[in-house]
Amino acid sequence: MKTCLVVDDSRVIRKVARRVLEDIGFDIAEASDGMEALAWCRAAMPDAVLLDWNMPVMNGLEFLKLLRRERGGDTPKVIFCTVENSVDRIREALDAGADEYIMKPFDGDIIQAKFAEAGLL
Amino acid sequence: MTPEHIDLLAALGRARAGVRVEVDKPYLIESRLTPLARREGFESIEALVDELRAKREERLIWAVVESLCRTETNFFRGREAFAALRDGVLPSLSHRRDAPLRIWSAACATGQEVYSVAMAAAEATDLAPGARFEFFGSDLSERCLEKAQTGLYTQFEVQRGLPIRMLVKYFENQDDTWTISPRIRQMVRWRRINLLSDLSALGSFDVILLRNVLRNMVPALRGKVVRGLAARLAADGVLVLDPGDDISELNDILVPAPGGAGLHLRDPTIATAVAA
Repeated sequence: MKTCLVVDDSRVIRKVARRVLEDIGFDIAEASDGMEALAWCRAAMPDAVLLDWNMPVMNGLEFLKLLRRERGGDTPKVIFCTVENSVDRIREALDAGADEYIMKPFDGDIIQAKFAEAGLL
Repeated sequence: MTPEHIDLLAALGRARAGVRVEVDKPYLIESRLTPLARREGFESIEALVDELRAKREERLIWAVVESLCRTETNFFRGREAFAALRDGVLPSLSHRRDAPLRIWSAACATGQEVYSVAMAAAEATDLAPGARFEFFGSDLSERCLEKAQTGLYTQFEVQRGLPIRMLVKYFENQDDTWTISPRIRQMVRWRRINLLSDLSALGSFDVILLRNVLRNMVPALRGKVVRGLAARLAADGVLVLDPGDDISELNDILVPAPGGAGLHLRDPTIATAVAA
């Protein structure tokens, strides 16, 4: 079973995402900020990361840049999931190594479509 | 709705557009007609159908028929077909033509399909130098065409099927509304066309897409529509159907291309070029 780390400071969003992703066959781990997510990845690199942008302690973009420098950190597919929806922000995320990008609000269809787009399904 | 109401709607859909109305699913009919009934100021769908029966007003009849048709669509819906067009069909055809390639999305609904082909063409490599394209989008529904022509999509619509790199490359946004770039939008011409009508004045096309249509048609009329479109196809042209569409009874005029993406050919000898 593939694993997905859901990184978001909102417990509600994590819960919604967990339900959708479990339905399409992922094993879920959760983190509430980038620092916690990095610790997870160092312990066990997931197949996918669903990543919020704006979070306390360490934001999603900082996390992504650090992740891509970790040993094995180039393997997880990283899908942003954020309210940031300007083209400049999206480009910034892609340049930092994001594979796909979801703009909130999202639904189950969008998560599934984007995970398929990233080659995870 | 009474069975009489439903039967009248089914008869209208069949006679005017060949559309198969699922009489055993009244909730589907209701969900499609409720917005129209509201727009037209009727208290209920029953009232709308009663008016239809009493006055037989053409404008209202067509509004009802258009609403009965399924219009859900996505960008790059059935991704394999677009990859086959981008990597095989369009490059191959571009090397055989001096004139622009003519590509027709025959039931384009709200435009995602024809814009997807236009983006696929823009992404194609191995095209002949100076290859040019003309895109045509047609649909039975004026309302759909109006939306298609604006090139405006909601944030939900652009997140179904459209890879994020294509979104930032071909769209601009203002808040939650995304607009396809003028460069793509201006390549497309639009027209209301009923595929059951005489299509002979439309000229010839290199690629025709007919997707999300046959399965929702009255079986007896599918052959007529496919024959009408095949007659508009260049000798080495490609008709793109849904992978599940079975037109084996028409194998005298069209054969499926290898790859299973729903591509069909008039001339099987070019199958290898298309599958490349």
